[in-house]
Amino acid sequence: MNLTLAEKILLNHSRIDDICPGEFIECEIDLIMVHEQLGGRIHVEFEKLGLTKVWDPEKIFFILDHWIPAPTISAAQMHQDARNFARKYQFIHNYSDQLNQGICHQVLPELGFARPGMLIVGSDSHTTTYGAFNCLSTGIGATDVSVVFATGKLWFKVPESYKIALNGEFKKGVMAKDFILQYIGDISTKGAIYKSLEFHAAESLSMDSRMTISNMAVETGAKFGIFLPDARLEKWLKFHTKESYNAMKPDENALYEKTYNYDLSEITPIVAKPSSPGNIEKIENVEGLEIDQAFLGSCTNGRMEDLRIAAKIIKGKSVNRNTRLIITPASKRIYQQAIEEGLIEIFINAGAVVTHSTCGACIGGHLGVLASDEICISSTNRNFKGRMGAPSSQVYLASPATVVASALKGKIADPREVL
Amino acid sequence: MKGKVIKYDQNNINTDLIIPARYLVNSEPKFLAEHCMEDLDPEFNQKIREMHLSIMVGGSNFGSGSSREQAPLAIKTAGIKCVLAPSFARIFFRNAINIGLPILEFADLKEVNTGDELEINFEEGKILNLTLNKEFIIKQMPAFLHKIISSEGLIKYARKQVLNN
Repeated sequence: MNLTLAEKILLNHSRIDDICPGEFIECEIDLIMVHEQLGGRIHVEFEKLGLTKVWDPEKIFFILDHWIPAPTISAAQMHQDARNFARKYQFIHNYSDQLNQGICHQVLPELGFARPGMLIVGSDSHTTTYGAFNCLSTGIGATDVSVVFATGKLWFKVPESYKIALNGEFKKGVMAKDFILQYIGDISTKGAIYKSLEFHAAESLSMDSRMTISNMAVETGAKFGIFLPDARLEKWLKFHTKESYNAMKPDENALYEKTYNYDLSEITPIVAKPSSPGNIEKIENVEGLEIDQAFLGSCTNGRMEDLRIAAKIIKGKSVNRNTRLIITPASKRIYQQAIEEGLIEIFINAGAVVTHSTCGACIGGHLGVLASDEICISSTNRNFKGRMGAPSSQVYLASPATVVASALKGKIADPREVL
Repeated sequence: MKGKVIKYDQNNINTDLIIPARYLVNSEPKFLAEHCMEDLDPEFNQKIREMHLSIMVGGSNFGSGSSREQAPLAIKTAGIKCVLAPSFARIFFRNAINIGLPILEFADLKEVNTGDELEINFEEGKILNLTLNKEFIIKQMPAFLHKIISSEGLIKYARKQVLNN
């Protein structure tokens, strides 16, 4: 056989004997993640099916993260509709309470729901994040979610795969975010539409870094962004789940449409200018641009690795008086660990605002919305027009190290100079 | 089907441009339609009403970004009956099919302009520009997807299947 990871996992979840890119197939879903969209369009569409139960309440993961706690009446209403639906259909994994607060793509793996070999879909485009855990995972819309709720199945077009080999280690001040921005810039935001990105990485690449890379795989247009399993993943899983799993590797002669090789030691700090994640520039060419706000957070970069480097840069110093620094840990568990490690105190002493865990500022929802013409440097994943606030505001995407180095100077700054 | 074109000659018309996240807390289709394309073209709704435009034409990677189904829904509710672009982002593609908004891959953007009248034959994979009197052959939609579209979306299609089982 000569199958890629995507082909193997899709085949495992279908009733066919052979698989070929371009085919339309039906697959059984292992897990479906839903967030606020449940109270938006999903409950409306599902009710149209006239069913009295969902296919398997064990296989639904529900959490509220975008506008939590609700900043407006309409957001509160959406939460109420979602919670009522989860109660009515007796969801078992209901994390809409405040005990497990956090961003879906952080909390779901933390609680051990993302395990190797699984096929996971979710009502959010960054569902690709679970690729870091050797899951085949992707985002779908409300109608698709409703049909999975009803049948447990979904149609897929079998994608062609790109192999991306990652060798070497990042130099000081360079992070996984810099690599993925570089890759998006290299192949463009439409460079991998419908494709599966398959990352062959060295064991030295941290799980946090892999999550950042799988998370932003979708910004190339890709359907999946999956890593091969290795000892580092095994170790992570030991701490996070007791369930069994079926780690998958591609066949040795797997057929890839394209192959890329990157030496991570050659990557340098990258910034994506407005209004596309593919509009990249080396930091040297944007350094010095004055900023109004710096944001560290989101499903892309709100993890321990990100907070630790931020604290290292900012310890004992102060955020520039003309700039605001907002830090949003990706989950409550991360928030607590950051407290234990003394990071939160460092941030607050430096003049940052630390918020509870939510998508918040990333989507221009709450806790850091931008005014007209304001400029923000952000560790998030999208800098589309109006993404973080007023249509005339501007977002520059960068690594957590670059975001915090910039907050100190009040202008875009090279983190290698302050580490 | 026949209709007149509204064209946006730019690539990567993303879901934040089609319907910004700030409006997603209200899922009422008419509300979403009122704010459709607002950040790119505040006169979108006025133009399609006054000039009776119903076929949207955009650049490549149309619909990139979020998984929000509100994006094709806002376009459809605003009165657009078909979207043409050289390529579509995959979630937008699924969502459009699923809510019953036909979308077709069409690369000859230079051959259509705002106001042109088109006749689209889905079965035969043909687009006729009646204004310029030119015909184009396009990739036919796979039969499987056509079935969903002709059932007016995935919910009605799935309902039929659920009832049959």
